[in-house]
Amino acid sequence: MFGLDKKDTTLLLIVFVLTMCAPFLLNPFPGNSAMAQFNAGYPDLMQRFVIYGIFAIGFNILFGLTGYLSFGHAAFLGVGSYSAVWMFKLLSMNVLPAVILSVIIAGLFALVIGFISLRRSGIYFSILTLAFAQMSFALAYSVLTPITNGETGLQLSLNDPRILGESVSASGGIPFPSLFGLDMRATHVMELGPWMFQFSAGYYFCAVLMLLAFYLAIRIFRSPFGLMLRAVKSNQQRMNYTGLNVRPYTLAAFVISGMYAGLAGGLLAAMDPLAGAERMQWTASGEVVLMTILGGAGTLIGPVLGAGFIKYFENIFSKINDTVLHQWFAFMPDGIEDLLVTVIHPFVGKGWHLTLGLMFMAVVIFLPGGLVQGGQKIGNLFRRKPAADHTTSAAKTPAE
Amino acid sequence: MSRMNLTRRGVIKTGAIAGAGLAMPTYLSAQTESGFTNAPAGDSVTLGFNVPQSGPYADEGADELRAFELAVEHLNGEGDGGMLSTFSSKVLDGTGILGKKVTFVTGDTQTKSDAARASAQSMIQKDGAIMISGGSSSGVAVAVQSLCQEAGIIYMNGLTHSNDTTGKDKKANGFRHFFNAYMSAAALAPVLKQLYGEDRAAYHLTADYTWGWTQQESIQASTEALGWTTVNNVLTPLAATDFSSYITPVLNSGADVLVLNHYGGNMVNSLTNAVQFGLRDKQVNGKNFEIVVPLYSELMAKGAGANIKGIVGSQNWDWKVENVMGDKYVGSNAFVQSFGNKYGFPPSQAAHTCYAQTLLYADAVTRAGSFNPCAVVEALEDFEFDGLGNGPTLYRGADHQCFKDVLVVKGAENPENEFNLVEIVEVTPTEQVTYDAEHPMFAGGALGSCNPGA
Repeated sequence: MFGLDKKDTTLLLIVFVLTMCAPFLLNPFPGNSAMAQFNAGYPDLMQRFVIYGIFAIGFNILFGLTGYLSFGHAAFLGVGSYSAVWMFKLLSMNVLPAVILSVIIAGLFALVIGFISLRRSGIYFSILTLAFAQMSFALAYSVLTPITNGETGLQLSLNDPRILGESVSASGGIPFPSLFGLDMRATHVMELGPWMFQFSAGYYFCAVLMLLAFYLAIRIFRSPFGLMLRAVKSNQQRMNYTGLNVRPYTLAAFVISGMYAGLAGGLLAAMDPLAGAERMQWTASGEVVLMTILGGAGTLIGPVLGAGFIKYFENIFSKINDTVLHQWFAFMPDGIEDLLVTVIHPFVGKGWHLTLGLMFMAVVIFLPGGLVQGGQKIGNLFRRKPAADHTTSAAKTPAE
Repeated sequence: MSRMNLTRRGVIKTGAIAGAGLAMPTYLSAQTESGFTNAPAGDSVTLGFNVPQSGPYADEGADELRAFELAVEHLNGEGDGGMLSTFSSKVLDGTGILGKKVTFVTGDTQTKSDAARASAQSMIQKDGAIMISGGSSSGVAVAVQSLCQEAGIIYMNGLTHSNDTTGKDKKANGFRHFFNAYMSAAALAPVLKQLYGEDRAAYHLTADYTWGWTQQESIQASTEALGWTTVNNVLTPLAATDFSSYITPVLNSGADVLVLNHYGGNMVNSLTNAVQFGLRDKQVNGKNFEIVVPLYSELMAKGAGANIKGIVGSQNWDWKVENVMGDKYVGSNAFVQSFGNKYGFPPSQAAHTCYAQTLLYADAVTRAGSFNPCAVVEALEDFEFDGLGNGPTLYRGADHQCFKDVLVVKGAENPENEFNLVEIVEVTPTEQVTYDAEHPMFAGGALGSCNPGA
């Protein structure tokens, strides 16, 4: 189906079902239980899952296929966000033009940066992209303040023109981003006993775009173009000796991947119309590298898993404080309760980075192929015949 | 693309699925039940405290969180009640808010707008917070304030000093108890005149972001009104840690006052550099060279050590104020005592403003008889109160800014202990720091109308 072979179709369908049922799947614990702390099924986080999923899928097209490690991908994310917010300020609150502009601008931006950076490979390429991203960050943070509003971040205001829309909504506030009248914040709440499931229009908009992005990524992975990119990764020198100029291919991959990042940036702004400079900082660039490696570089589903994993830690673990811990262990004798809280304390709340770091180390040491490799290992335990011929060649390529 | 073999069946299938996907969102619509977002159900109400727990302002964030916990205890009738007994409004009786027990959730802003908004979103969407408070950076405060406006809940600003928070970025659902850069400048000017005279040349080093700019603008305006001249204003990157290259040009500029528009770690480093370069021992234009730091806190004084001695600045509140300046600032001692009993040291001004904000919110809800944000906004606008440690205070309706006395402080020459690094020089009365809501430094924004959300 869709021009994919059976295996890829299954993968696409699985991703489709997962994203569509996410409000249920991410809310497994009843709202009144102590475990409700671990529920992630609220619109803002679900949107982040799929948006950063798109970002990581795009990054993986460059890193997973060509092996070029860009350390400045956050620049495209930021550029996408700024373009989208400007579209909201000047044109209308419809998300489509905003998202389209952010993809285009990010693409142009990637073309310029890629054209220069791709003259070098390996570590020099990484440093060049990092330099460009830090330059963009510094510009956005102070020099370009009229365009970016500096440290505060670009925001909508009541006196923006919005020539195709309204400056002020009927209720006297700033209008919300919408898709032809469908408010991105509209949420349908379904209550089933103690469970509360939230279906947000914004989430489904992002999810549909993520599925399209995922589908496109599969097609790129399976195309002759994708094969060429893999050849670049395995031995670029040999490609050069055979008389092939690889730069157009790598540049194309770089631009495509930049456009994915722009789409993600545009969506971030569409769900929450604010663009801050720190979205372009090197930590944000590093984050997408972590997502891709954690999930499994070069695999299709890996980056999405990695993105979800990191965002889950950032948003759920960082909110567990000592009060919550005391509630959990309240049934134990006081001494043991305090001891347990003291032991766990450094790993939750503000210590979520520590937990994530330990997880990351464990994954890189024991599962160099990322979470996807972990999934395969578990799958193999339950399979009768050797799974070697089932895994694709891409899935077996370890992260590097 | 290698396998682009379109079949009739394939196209129909694809179309059907794509159509279903696109049609899906149209089934969803905004839901209206209670008339406002996160109306508390059951016997408890949730507040969200969003403070920096990592990054450059983590110390302030930790102190804010302590104050929030204390405020919640007092609201629920635990502990000694703190400022509840001195607060001029007597509707809070220690039974929570409107009879509902107060619970709270916390989050880490990381001093980044994005992370702060994500954290606030999860409080609103997941935990059902009815009010959010906190923040220790103007950029973050402005970002979260606009989020709360859109989501339809109340935002009570913590430590944020930029004019923009209640100036061009003001929002109907946002309120600020803390003072601002304009007030700092207005309070400092007479003291500077008295200490250093009317004929001075100032050189500004300014942190390159919204707070730095508004503060520099305010100080420049009020010192030039005294007759000072401004020699130069140099913007320094927020991430800078070594300011020596910015200090050297000051020596040869002909300036005789250095104004450091820096906060937190920036200020500690730049002040240390300036003192190391011997600026304070110099004579320029026949006058002693002076350094002014318009906003600083006890925490920063601790970081700067001996370098802070004799440096003039301003504060929103200080734990010694009732002892030094008398009964007008009643409430301070009650708060210091209950904070000290619980944590073993006096609270910072960040802690004080967060504690006061929580009480003010609870009080407004109780007086309004409803958690509805619009009712709360109405109750807080033009509300006059006393007994929260700052003397008589007005929450102005036109811009949701509190107007109260401002403290002018100086680094102590011989501090008795680490809690007495700052001494109060003078209290500038409210009238002197009050400005028109349409003042040019605050113009360009609009409150809009209050938003109760769903």
